[in-house]
Amino acid sequence: MSILKTTNLTKKFGKFTALDGVNLELNKGEVLGFIGPNGAGKSTTIRVLLGILKATEGEVSIFDKDAWSDAVEIHKRIAYVPGDVNLWPNLTGGEVIDLFAKLRGSSNTKKRDELIEKFDLDPTKKCRTYSKGNRQKIALIAAFSSDADLYILDEPTSGLDPLMENVFQECVRDVKSEGKSVLLSSHILSEVEKLCDRVSIIRQGEIIESGSLNELRHLTRTQMLVETREPLGQLGNLKGIYAIQKKGQSTSFQIDSNEIDNVIKYLSQFGIVKLESAPPTLEELFMRHYEGTEDRVGAGGTD
Amino acid sequence: MASQSFAKTGLLSRLILRQDRIRIPLWLIGLSFFTLIIPIAFIDLYGTEEQRAGIIETMQNPAMTAMVGPADFANYTLGVMTAHNMILMTAAVVGLMSILLVSRHTRGEEEDGRIEMVRSLPAGRLSNLNATLLIVALTNILLALIVGFGLYLLDIESLDLEGSLLYGAVLGGTGLVFVGVTALMAQLSESARGTTGLSIAILLLAYLLRAITDVSNEKLSWLSPLGWVTKAEVYASNNWWPVVFMVVFSIILLFFAYYLNAIRDLGAGFIPSKPGKRHASRFLQSPAGLALRLQRTGTISWAIGMLLLGSSYGSVLGDLESFFAGNELIEQMLMQQEGLTIVEQFLPQLMIVVALLATIPPIMAINKLYGEEKKGRIDHLLGRTVSRTRLILSYVIIAVVNGFVMLSLATFSLWASGTAVVEGGLSFGKIYGGALAYYPAMVVMIGISALLIGFIPKLTSLVWLYVFYSFIVLYLGGLFQFSDWVGQISPFGFVPRYPVEEIDFLSMLVLSVIALGLIAAGVIGYNRRDIE
Ligand SMILES: Nc1ncnc2c1ncn2[C@@H]1O[C@H](COP(=O)(O)OP(=O)(O)OP(=O)(O)O)[C@@H](O)[C@H]1O
Ligand SMILES: [Mg+2]
Repeated sequence: MSILKTTNLTKKFGKFTALDGVNLELNKGEVLGFIGPNGAGKSTTIRVLLGILKATEGEVSIFDKDAWSDAVEIHKRIAYVPGDVNLWPNLTGGEVIDLFAKLRGSSNTKKRDELIEKFDLDPTKKCRTYSKGNRQKIALIAAFSSDADLYILDEPTSGLDPLMENVFQECVRDVKSEGKSVLLSSHILSEVEKLCDRVSIIRQGEIIESGSLNELRHLTRTQMLVETREPLGQLGNLKGIYAIQKKGQSTSFQIDSNEIDNVIKYLSQFGIVKLESAPPTLEELFMRHYEGTEDRVGAGGTD
Repeated sequence: MASQSFAKTGLLSRLILRQDRIRIPLWLIGLSFFTLIIPIAFIDLYGTEEQRAGIIETMQNPAMTAMVGPADFANYTLGVMTAHNMILMTAAVVGLMSILLVSRHTRGEEEDGRIEMVRSLPAGRLSNLNATLLIVALTNILLALIVGFGLYLLDIESLDLEGSLLYGAVLGGTGLVFVGVTALMAQLSESARGTTGLSIAILLLAYLLRAITDVSNEKLSWLSPLGWVTKAEVYASNNWWPVVFMVVFSIILLFFAYYLNAIRDLGAGFIPSKPGKRHASRFLQSPAGLALRLQRTGTISWAIGMLLLGSSYGSVLGDLESFFAGNELIEQMLMQQEGLTIVEQFLPQLMIVVALLATIPPIMAINKLYGEEKKGRIDHLLGRTVSRTRLILSYVIIAVVNGFVMLSLATFSLWASGTAVVEGGLSFGKIYGGALAYYPAMVVMIGISALLIGFIPKLTSLVWLYVFYSFIVLYLGGLFQFSDWVGQISPFGFVPRYPVEEIDFLSMLVLSVIALGLIAAGVIGYNRRDIE
């Protein structure tokens, strides 16, 4: 069942097109990673989802309601954490958490106290004096102590230390196990890898790839190192091979994952002595997507 | 959807009250106290008709009409006199209160990114605007009631119940008008500074429009919301229509504000912003250049304001001359001063207002240093190769130059428009000399700001209180017959009223030395303290 769906979402700021036909879908009980380079349009998409920016074109529905006109109804079941948390300088952290709970209408004080404990926050300080990470904790505590059905998190951990990052990941797993849905925008790839069922990659306002991590991996290149008894022929003539480098006896290259079979068949003619393959790292996967179109998988040509 | 747009207004109102639990009471106490103390002071000084007759002489001329508005001099009771002297100025301050409060809680909150969190919760699209307007409107209504009943309870004969309530209602009504103005500007402009700036500009324009029309054609003053203040003729004919106009006008403005707020994106405005430059100009690549660039719009607006102020005061001088022409008695009275025309004798009175208003932009310019610090942006400079001394001195120099330019602009346009309307023209030297006499005192004020920023930055805004005090004692000093020391608590109290008085070079020198001392102390303090 889809909790959140955008169809052909376009957002223009004056003449500048920030989002260009974005299609996004999040199902119940799923954690969707939303990634892309700086300025790609992640925060803009999220603001449209929250009904604080109005879509120029396209449809945005959450819980089958319209994100702009039914914002208040929708928000009763949403929790949001921005990357940049700005709070009222003369209120304490505890006051702000309670204020958010009251604005939401429902609150779970037991969960709140647990989370304050877990995140190791001193709620009696004025917000003026909190560090960036501590301000973010306040938003996280407010979010995870609510009984929301959908969590929208925009770089929620950009200021957290590794210990707190772990606490955060636990929180996400908890809500997931309760069957709730999460939209997580992040630049921390290990976090995305650990938490997300699926990812959507956005670049320059367009979704360029969507799918599970495995599916995306499949689309990318594997790093290989091979040593053969006889000298290798013209490797470069094969389809889907890039970055060939000869080092003495051994040759290293990259290979499109769907061409592995053909290439191995070809290599075996020369008598393989040693063969190492490294799966594409997530970084490589994203790098490829983040960079310009020419470098995209399957586009062919040499690197 | 309509009711949803206002969801959680109550809670957000409580949040505003919580944040302003000191600020709002301070405004209320300050304004009420100030209003109520005046008739008490007047009763000693002007309790009898004879005493008031003396003051009528000095009030009954176009220059004073431009400043405080017209009055029924045939029936100049203590009540009429209080309203005539005080209500317009107090109303303008109430307008300022509304502007600052509304701008802070609407565009200010939005700009600081706090509304984003609120809007992600089940709070309506218009709830924050609605809550702000509710609280500030209530503040104005409360002020109206306190002032209204307070004046009546002073138990002074001519301060009757209806007049007193109207006095309060006019103040509150003016506040409501500027609640509306600011709410609308908060939709148009993308920044809190822009919102406040545009709204204050409208306040000043309303004042100037009223000043010019009151002198030239009183009927046209109905065009200015501040004109309505004097049209109420409090304690004389007690006309309630202006209050009705104020309420209706503010409702119309609010309607537009709600509409625009409902259809716009968070963070966006309706005055389009154009793309900026790709690279910093050479000019921008220094702390002083940056400081100037940050205040560019504000400075230009103030400069225009000063030109307008000068030219509208200048245009009054012609009326002043024709007013006295033919009135031999007054001509004789005023002709005591050798070698001065009647118009020149009125100059010092206008100069006080010009000089004090011209003091506001340079103080804003230097206080910006602390403003930037509060927003955490000073670290970017100090973290690089900019020394603290260089940083604070950049701001001081900008302020000092700014003050000079503002004063000169206002004086020049006063002279230019005055010369055009006064027979035989005006002496530029006399006018400019009279203005420059205020310059050292102005720099002392800048020095006080520097000192506060250097040592107790949290109290930087205290300097405004001091400016306000200076304004009150100088502007009303004659009226209240204060002893000299009351005026001399302010540096402006030492300024000679040239050309009526001689220029006193010694006191100008002393003021300059004090100013330098304050600035030097400020620099030392700024080098020693923590940056927030
Ligand atoms: N109010 C606005 N007016 C004009 N352009 C805007 C506005 N808000 C965002 N943009 C532009 O839209 C694009 C997308 O911005 P957005 O903040 O969504 O990026 P992002 O993917 O969240 O980036 P990051 O990873 O840095 O957070 C950027 O080019 C940005 O400059
Ligand atoms: Mg972002």
